[in-house]
Amino acid sequence: MVAPLDRANIDTDAIIPKQFLKSIKRSGFGQNLFDEWRYLDHGEPGMDSSKRTLNPDFILNQLRYQGAQILLARSNFGCGSSREHAPWALQDYGFRVVIAPSFADIFFSNCFKIGLLPIVLGTDSIDRIFSEVDSTEGYALTVNLEDQTVTTPCGEICSFDTDPFRRHCLLNGLDEISLTLQHMDKIIAFEQRRRTEQPWLFK
Amino acid sequence: MQTLYDKLWQGHIVHEESDKPDEMALVYIDRHLVHEVTSPQAFEGLRIAGRKPWRLDSILAVADHNVPTTERSHGITDPISRLQVDTLDQNCEDLGITEFKMTDLRQGIVHVVGPEQGATLPGMTVVCGDSHTSTHGAFACLAFGIGTSEVEHVLATQCLLLKKAKSMQILVEGNLGPGVTAKDIALAIIGKIGTAGGNGYVIEFAGNAIRELSMEARMTICNMAIEGGSRAGMIAVDETTIDYIKGRPFAPRGDLWERATTYWRTLKSDEGAAFDRVVTLDAAQIKPQVTWGTSPEMVTTIDGRVPDPAQVTDTVKRHDMENALKYMGLTPNLPISEIYLDKIFIGSCTNSRIEDLRAAAVVVRGRHIAANIKLAMVVPGSGLVKRQAEEEGLDKVFRDAGFEWREPGCSMCLAMNDDRLSAGERCASTSNRNFEGRQGPGGRTHLVSPAMAAAAAVAGHFVDVREIY
Ligand code: SF4
Repeated sequence: MVAPLDRANIDTDAIIPKQFLKSIKRSGFGQNLFDEWRYLDHGEPGMDSSKRTLNPDFILNQLRYQGAQILLARSNFGCGSSREHAPWALQDYGFRVVIAPSFADIFFSNCFKIGLLPIVLGTDSIDRIFSEVDSTEGYALTVNLEDQTVTTPCGEICSFDTDPFRRHCLLNGLDEISLTLQHMDKIIAFEQRRRTEQPWLFK
Repeated sequence: MQTLYDKLWQGHIVHEESDKPDEMALVYIDRHLVHEVTSPQAFEGLRIAGRKPWRLDSILAVADHNVPTTERSHGITDPISRLQVDTLDQNCEDLGITEFKMTDLRQGIVHVVGPEQGATLPGMTVVCGDSHTSTHGAFACLAFGIGTSEVEHVLATQCLLLKKAKSMQILVEGNLGPGVTAKDIALAIIGKIGTAGGNGYVIEFAGNAIRELSMEARMTICNMAIEGGSRAGMIAVDETTIDYIKGRPFAPRGDLWERATTYWRTLKSDEGAAFDRVVTLDAAQIKPQVTWGTSPEMVTTIDGRVPDPAQVTDTVKRHDMENALKYMGLTPNLPISEIYLDKIFIGSCTNSRIEDLRAAAVVVRGRHIAANIKLAMVVPGSGLVKRQAEEEGLDKVFRDAGFEWREPGCSMCLAMNDDRLSAGERCASTSNRNFEGRQGPGGRTHLVSPAMAAAAAVAGHFVDVREIY
């Protein structure tokens, strides 16, 4: 199911305000996703979010969008800081996919690292999906990562592109560090050469 | 013929699938800067997997985001902030990582500290779990911000999997007018290309107006590359670069210095190298800039007015503008010079170096902040910047003018410590982001240069600093 957030340039401070970045954990950020838009009171870490007042005007608070796994937004989604807390918060809230016409670079690559899928679709498709979501309660899309397609309820298919390596890692749940360490010999050889050619880079 | 970016990229490839040039390459990282906010989960991941950092001497750590800017001898009062800083201290101690602790004179904002120590050297790949790592590109580095998973990846492997970006050259030619600074160039560029204009690109800043800038000013420009959407900005090496580095603690000496500088002088784009996109600006046309909205691209000149959304045809854009004006409490067509302020913040990794403080001090010397200014503060970028400023008597100039003179750190740039705006308060800030709530929930931020912030402090509202000189 899809939840629409009709704004461009949604930044990482909006996705997860900085006071929540003080946590030294990876989980639990979902309750503070879009905190300043979502609640009427000011949120601080450690507050019981079930006791806070929700902002009835914020679209994600509407009953019809509860349980959505796909977030639909406008261009340059995730601009701002490099905080991985932003994708963590989206994922922890329950989103598995974010669809937008464009994403900020660091946010985009952070998503793949944690298994949240950012999908770039053309503005025309996005416009259409926005209006269909609005007019259809329970509007759902089918996302197929293997085929790289998004299918609308009436059967229309939009294709998207992902990097083959990232797709492979995501589909197979691979740990990038282990994959990189398979090249350990090459890293050591590169480092040795560097040590001779640019010794000032080493202590 | 290669661009500077081509050279840096190629020089760091450890492994790539040679038959698939569009696929990701394994790239070696020379310098890894670490701060307290984005590292704890990475260290934890490393520990859980039973791994150790690959190369300790590549890492330099410093706490900056959470540290108080007031008297530090009693430590940090906020227990959650304290835990984060303590966690960094503990991780560094356990693993043997070099860290400048909160009470160390060398402590400061990570992007000020790296270059100041000579820990940022030309030709390096530099990463940090912080988007303003682009700052270090001023030294002809490939420097960019990474997320926490990537911090862990670099700790464990000294490498990152990356895809080569496209290249953009931004040429700034001509002479800057008096009172117009690097910050104004940066904001003018973002006003021109938009905050998403650099998405997918690495930017090289060039042209004679850039070459004439000091290293501090070049860092301001590269720092803001990320606000133009570009993960990395860079500037070629010249004698200004080399002079800046000479004698810094981490810089090479003796024979190594000679060898290094010979190599560094090759770090520029070849004559005639092709870029995917070229943008040009005339420096003489750039006026002091002030942002009016909630994105750095929502910017105009000091003699301009708040724009009118009714004049905009694109509906998404108009909607964004209306939201921004509502949040900022501004009405269309209001002259920028009639915007009154509550607070003034001079600091952040964009503008907290000695040159920035000097530029602000020139404006406030012998004057006083206006009666409507509730708080004006100067937060030096590092302990060493602070000491230098004090040796020059700048602290006295600021204090006499009614400013508070603080300890180094990120401070009100993002308000993770006690320095923040209250709802509705309006601030002239030398930082880099004017997002909603960035300087405190409900706070309203206008981005300007240090000289413009100082002038606004004295007048109580925005004024053209060129008239004050
Ligand atoms: S000064 Fe501001 S932008 Fe720079 S590192 Fe600190 S919080 Fe980030």
